[in-house]
Amino acid sequence: MIEFIQGYYAYWAIVILMLIGLYGMLLKRNLVKKLIGMTVLQSSVILLFVASGTKWNGTVPILDVGRSVDDPALYINPLPHTLMLTAIVVGVATLGVAFALLISVYRRYQTLDEKTLLKQMQ
Amino acid sequence: MIEQHLPLLVPITYLFSALVIPLVGLAGRRYAYPVALIASLLATFAAARGLSVALREGAMRYAFGGWAPPIGIEFVLDPLSSCMSVLLTGLTSLVLIHARRPVESEVSGKEIPFYSVTMLLMTGLTGIVLTGDLFNLFVFLEISSLAGYAIIAVGEKPAPVAAFRYLILGTIGATMYLIGLAFLYMLTGSLNMADLASIIPQLPLTPPLVVSFAMMVVGVGLKMALFPMHGWLPDAYTYAPSTSSALLAPLGTKVAAYVLLRVMFFVFQPSFGRDMLPVGDVLTYLAAGGILFGSILAIAQKELKRMLAFSSVSQIAYIALGIGFGSQLALTGAVLHIVNHAFMKAALFLVVGNMRLVVGHSRIDQFDDSLRRLMPWSMAAFTIAALSMVGIPPLAGFFSKWYLVLASIERSAWGIVAIILLTSLLSAVYFFRVLERVYLRPLQAIGGSGFESLARKEVTMSMLVPTLTLSGALFILGVFNTTIVTKVIHAMLPPAL
Repeated sequence: MIEFIQGYYAYWAIVILMLIGLYGMLLKRNLVKKLIGMTVLQSSVILLFVASGTKWNGTVPILDVGRSVDDPALYINPLPHTLMLTAIVVGVATLGVAFALLISVYRRYQTLDEKTLLKQMQ
Repeated sequence: MIEQHLPLLVPITYLFSALVIPLVGLAGRRYAYPVALIASLLATFAAARGLSVALREGAMRYAFGGWAPPIGIEFVLDPLSSCMSVLLTGLTSLVLIHARRPVESEVSGKEIPFYSVTMLLMTGLTGIVLTGDLFNLFVFLEISSLAGYAIIAVGEKPAPVAAFRYLILGTIGATMYLIGLAFLYMLTGSLNMADLASIIPQLPLTPPLVVSFAMMVVGVGLKMALFPMHGWLPDAYTYAPSTSSALLAPLGTKVAAYVLLRVMFFVFQPSFGRDMLPVGDVLTYLAAGGILFGSILAIAQKELKRMLAFSSVSQIAYIALGIGFGSQLALTGAVLHIVNHAFMKAALFLVVGNMRLVVGHSRIDQFDDSLRRLMPWSMAAFTIAALSMVGIPPLAGFFSKWYLVLASIERSAWGIVAIILLTSLLSAVYFFRVLERVYLRPLQAIGGSGFESLARKEVTMSMLVPTLTLSGALFILGVFNTTIVTKVIHAMLPPAL
C-alpha cells in the first residue's frame, strides 16, 4: 500500500484535484462555481502532462556546453509542456465563451442558480 | 501542383473565410452570406477532389512544415476521412444555401458573427476528420465545440442555458479524452495515429493502456451524446436557431462517432476493444438502451425539434451499436448510417426551418392539414425523410438498419434484433403522429377561413431546393446502396478486422 503512494505524490495530488474539479462541475448549483470546477479539472490535466515529462536532474532541452549532449536523461522532453501551452489556450478560450454565455444567461433570467433556471425554463 | 495540398485545402478554406467574413462585413452585412457560401462550395469541391484521389490512389499524407511524422503533425486523406469531409462540406453547402432567410429572421443583426463562427465550426469538424495526430484532433474538437456553443446560444430565450450545460459536459468529455491521451503518450511517446497503430500492438495489456482506452472512449461518447451521456443534446438542439440545429444535428455528433471509429479501429487494433477488453460489449448494451430510450422519449415530445433531437439520441445509438459489434457487416452498417442519418436529419431540420419561417412555430399538437396546403413541397420532403427514418425501402434509412440487423444475426444477438425492429415501429409511431396531423387532421380554423381559401405560402426556391435535394438524395442513397457500399464504404473500413 505504502509503495503505491510513495513516489507518486504528484499523481495523487493530481487525482485529488481532478475529483474536486469534477465534483464542482457536476454537483454545484451555482453556474460560476461549475466554471471554477472546470478550471480546476483542466489544471489537473495540465499538471498530469507536465508531471509526466519531469525528470530528476533534467534541464531544459537547450544546448549546454557544460553538459553532455548524448545522454537524453539529462534533458526534459519539451513536448508535454508545449502540448499543454496549447491546452491552456484552449482552456482560456472555453472559459471566455462560458463567461459570455453566463452574462447572457444572467441578462435573460437574473439568476445563475441551476435549479431556479431549470424551473424558469419549463 | 495543387493536388498535393488537397488534404489541407478543406479546413484552410473555412478558416480563411472565417477571417474574411468580418472584414467584408465592414462594407456591409449583406456580404457575409455570399462569402460563407462561396467558401463552403470551394471546400466541397476540394473535398470531392480529395475523395476521388483517395479512392484511386489510397491514403494521401501531408506533413506540416516539412517535418516528417511522427515528429511533425500530418493530415491524412484516406478513404474514411475523405468521405467524411465530402459529407461535411456537401451538407454544409446545402444548409448554407438554405440558410440566408432563416438566419435573417432568427438571428437578425448578428449575421456576420454567425457566419464567421459557422465557418470556424466547419474548420474544426473538417480538421477532426482530416488530422492524423491525436492531440491535433483534441484541438480541432475544442474549436468545433466552442463554435458549436456559440451558434446554439444565439437561439431562443433558454438557448444560453442549454449551451452552457453543453459546454460543461462537452468540456468534461474533451478533458477525459485528454487524460486518455496523456496515458497513451506516457506509454508510447507518440501522438501520431499511424505511428501509434504500429506501437500499441506490441505493448503489454497494462492498467495505463486500459485507462487510456477507456477514458478516450468515454470522452468521445460524451461528445457524441451516447446514451446515458446524452443529457446536453435535446435542449441544445431545441433552442438553437434552425440553421444551427440543421448543421449540428447531422454533423456534430457524427464527427464524434468518426473519432470513436478512428480510435477504436485505426489507432488501437480492432481486437483491443473486442477481445482484450469488453468495451465493444459495453457499447452495444449502452447503444441498445439508447435506441429504446431515445425513441420512447421522442414519442412523448410536443415540439417537433425536440422530437427530432430525441430521435437523434436513438439514431446515434445505432451507429454506436455498429461500432460496438465491430464486425465487417456492423461497421458497414455504422458508416452507412453516419451518411444516411446525416442526410435524413439535415432534411428534417431544414423542413422545421421552413415551418418556423412560414407558420412561425413547430408545435406538433397545433399541426393540421393547412400545413400541406401552405407548403406541399416541404411537407413532401418531410414525409420522405420520415419514411426513411422509419426504414421503408427503397429509402436510404432501410439499408443501414438492414446491415445492422444482419450483423446482430451474425453474432446471434437476438435481443438486439428485436430492439432494432421494435424501434423501427416506435419511430413509425412518432413520425406518423406528425404525418397524420399534417395530412389528415382537418383544419382547426378560427374565423371561418376554409381549407380551399388558403393560399399556398411555400418557402422560396433558395430554401426549397436544398430541402428537396436532401430528401431526393435519400432515394439515390437507397437505390444505389450496393454500389456505394462496395465502391466506397468497403474502402473506408479498417484493413484488419
